[in-house]
Amino acid sequence: MLDAVKDPEVPVLSVVELGVVRGVQVDGTKATVTITPTYSGCPAMKVIEDDVAAALHAAGFETVVVNTVYSPAWTTDWIPEPAREKLRAYGIAPPGAADHLVTLGATVRKVACPFCGSFNTVTQSEFGSTACKSLHVCQACRQPFEHFKPF
Amino acid sequence: MSGALFEYLLRHGDDRLVLGHRLSEWCGHGPILEEDIATSNIALDLLGHATMLLKLAGQVEGNGRDEDALAYWRDEGQFRNLQLVELPKGDFGFTILRQFLFDAWSLHHLEALARSSHAELAGIAAKAHKETRYHLRHSSEWVLRLGDGTAESRGRMQRALDELWPWTGELSWQDEVDRELQAAGIVPDLEPLKAPWETMVRGLLTRATLVVPAGPMRMTGGRRGRHTEHLGHMLAEMQIVARSHPGARW
Repeated sequence: MLDAVKDPEVPVLSVVELGVVRGVQVDGTKATVTITPTYSGCPAMKVIEDDVAAALHAAGFETVVVNTVYSPAWTTDWIPEPAREKLRAYGIAPPGAADHLVTLGATVRKVACPFCGSFNTVTQSEFGSTACKSLHVCQACRQPFEHFKPF
Repeated sequence: MSGALFEYLLRHGDDRLVLGHRLSEWCGHGPILEEDIATSNIALDLLGHATMLLKLAGQVEGNGRDEDALAYWRDEGQFRNLQLVELPKGDFGFTILRQFLFDAWSLHHLEALARSSHAELAGIAAKAHKETRYHLRHSSEWVLRLGDGTAESRGRMQRALDELWPWTGELSWQDEVDRELQAAGIVPDLEPLKAPWETMVRGLLTRATLVVPAGPMRMTGGRRGRHTEHLGHMLAEMQIVARSHPGARW
């Protein structure tokens, strides 16, 4: 039933697909859910917490406890392939593997345009409408798009 | 032990709270839209780190203070942040250069702190470290572009560096609080982090055609609650709503 709870900022993914829900424990009419934030500063976390609790109350649980853990740190590697395809169809380029992350200076990473598939794209900004996305423009189809950053 | 840990968590939580607030001052005033959004996003990350560290500080202290109580109901002399982070935001060059100096230090500090024997602190550090890598890439890219840019941008960056450099000595300042926690394997010794930080910072500043000042990095005091005249003004603005409407919810 938590599949119905969407990320408020990327409403094409559920909080389960996103990897934010780390575990659920059911004990009679009590449900305990463990979640982890995507980015520490993500303003959607409070909404996600409330939405998860509301969904479980609606499903008949009398007591719902939502715990937040920080370890292991969330990674985009937890987003399964079908969910990545949903992101692409929604117009957001999905993340690549999170193993080779950044140090100093300019970006070398090439991101495929979610609309036409071209790799002829340029990075506009490392931070998009949310911390988890960067801004790009496709040189082939001239379409601006967002990229879910590998993290 | 818990007294030292509380103090340590305040120091590093306050760094991020104050720097996050300084960055947030660009919200709606960024030089370009992308940077308005980027600085606001980074400010949110830093506030997230501050939240985690101050929440843990409140738990360690055990007097029922949560992260909001610590952020909004302490006065200037009770803040333990570096003086570097409380300086006014200046122009965009000053902001981004300070961010670069802090990010480069954070990268090294958090990487070492992630090996803490305190599981929760290690988890917080590991999480913040991942985000700091993106912050550092962003700030370093701008330092390169603006330093190795036009005469105007280079001049501003050099002035910012001349002004900021004396404040960077406090990054590696430590005292008996650190040493007590180091003995227990909870926090890293900062001394071995100085050389890699300086190598990274000097390397990038040189690529950006900037000249590192020869003077000493001598400003300290923030860790003991001694601050510049700027922090009080900043806190007045940051705390006014919470203090005017105690317990308000929205």
